[in-house]
Amino acid sequence: MLEVQNATKRFGGLVAVNRASLKVAAGSITGLIGPNGAGKTTLFTLISGFERPTEGRVLFQGQDISRDEPHIRARHGIARTFQIVQPFAGLSVVENIAVGAHLRHAKRADAMARAEAVGHRVGLGPELGKSAASLTVAGRKRLELARALATEPKLLLLDEVLAGLNPSEIRDIIPVIHAIRDEGVTILMIEHVMQAVMNLCEQVYVLAQGLIIAEGPPTEVCDNPLVVEAYLGVGAAERLKRGSVHA
Amino acid sequence: MTFRDIVPIIILVAFLALVPVFITANTVLNFLVFTLIVALAAQGWNILGGFGGQFSFGHAAFFGTGAYAAALLQARLGINPWTAFAIGSAAGGAVGWVIGYLSFRSGLRGSYFALVTLAFAEVLRILANAATFTGGAAGVLIKLDVRPENFQFESRGAFFWIALALVGAVLVLTRWIERSRFGAQLVAVRENEAAAKALGVDTLRVKLGAITLSGAVTAAAGCLYAQYFLYVDANIAYGTWISVEAILAPIIGGLGTVLGPLVGAVALHGLGEITKLAAGSVPGIDLMVFGALLVVAVAFAPDGILGLLRRLRRPIRSSGVSGHA
Repeated sequence: MLEVQNATKRFGGLVAVNRASLKVAAGSITGLIGPNGAGKTTLFTLISGFERPTEGRVLFQGQDISRDEPHIRARHGIARTFQIVQPFAGLSVVENIAVGAHLRHAKRADAMARAEAVGHRVGLGPELGKSAASLTVAGRKRLELARALATEPKLLLLDEVLAGLNPSEIRDIIPVIHAIRDEGVTILMIEHVMQAVMNLCEQVYVLAQGLIIAEGPPTEVCDNPLVVEAYLGVGAAERLKRGSVHA
Repeated sequence: MTFRDIVPIIILVAFLALVPVFITANTVLNFLVFTLIVALAAQGWNILGGFGGQFSFGHAAFFGTGAYAAALLQARLGINPWTAFAIGSAAGGAVGWVIGYLSFRSGLRGSYFALVTLAFAEVLRILANAATFTGGAAGVLIKLDVRPENFQFESRGAFFWIALALVGAVLVLTRWIERSRFGAQLVAVRENEAAAKALGVDTLRVKLGAITLSGAVTAAAGCLYAQYFLYVDANIAYGTWISVEAILAPIIGGLGTVLGPLVGAVALHGLGEITKLAAGSVPGIDLMVFGALLVVAVAFAPDGILGLLRRLRRPIRSSGVSGHA
């Protein structure tokens, strides 16, 4: 469904993403993990169109979309959430979601009906009439998810929707993400919460210093010495192994 | 938008339409017509600034374009004033589109956008003041020829009704914006442009639509002004006074609301007139009241008069089920 081919993004002398390639199969939940500053969010901006790759291409359903504006990509069926939540603070929750719903529904009544349905689905039912500014962090994360879903995407890009949530809130939202996928939406997610990655993702890509250093099923990737070293430093994999032998 | 959405507007306009039946004093009607013209200009500003969050400081560019177009097309080219009115309004929309295209394309927003619009208005003022076609500093006179087909009327009441009809039409237009996809996207751009883009909003197109509509409405106010006073010059048409009035009225009445600009214009000019009557011959006293009112509005009623009324009403309403906004 989505294919990134050798994407590179330079900001002046800094190479944020370096010849990264990845594939997201239709109907899958694919994870993108990596230490802080690895370039995950930058890679997301290349896919969603907020930045254009310096080199390389982004293909969506076989079509080259590397040069398309974000709103064009949204029309094609790519929706994203923001790591730092971006609610329309002056609007109510349902009006927030309706902006997304308007992408496919011209009439206000249709968009509002759609927005309410999506709001209920992500668990914002009781909050629909409230001001978006009054939501808690968990509520705002759900709102990000709801707005993106309301655009009726084929591919959903989730940028750390679980960050900042407590364990019970995470437990509540994981089934929601599962359900979204089961309805046929492909998901690519950046996530630090490994419990969620293990739980949700079929395929994981690991990005470190702009490079994709590993890919595969989550359990396999976590055992990869390169990945362990990217997170914990050079030699860490070796030390861990010795430690487990001694134990 | 359904018919029910505009019923309150129809009632309000019908009520206001009765005013000239009871009040025939020319000074009062003069004041009312002028207030309506300011309200119309402010309604134009409110579409872009109130709903779209793009604060223009140069709506004189549109007001003046309308005023000059109406005056010049009649005085120089002998075009029928009603036609001139339509062309003038369209010209304002076109100027809006051009200014919008140049500034939004290059990503100007906030104070940068405000400064650029101010610059456009000032350039137009200087040009109009210098060119011979526009009559230079002497301005343009429209020949007195009182016939309805000539957009000139015996009674001021007739002019009041026309101004009111235009204000009413824009109230309906604004109500439509509030209930439409275009409006939802415009407000989304105001609240958070990046988020709007991610949700598939073509932010450039939405902003251009808003500034074009906004320019056309404010230009219509300019046409009306020229037609009423039968004279324009650069400092009237492109002067900063109208840019300021067009901003003040919505801020005091209620930004991004349907009635805000009208309420604000009436409040501002009503108070201005009352002070002038009370204080007699102190020059500029009404402007001091404008300033004081702005300070009070910003400090105590950040959502304008309408926001204040809503806040005062809320405690009674919130006892019920929390409805949808």
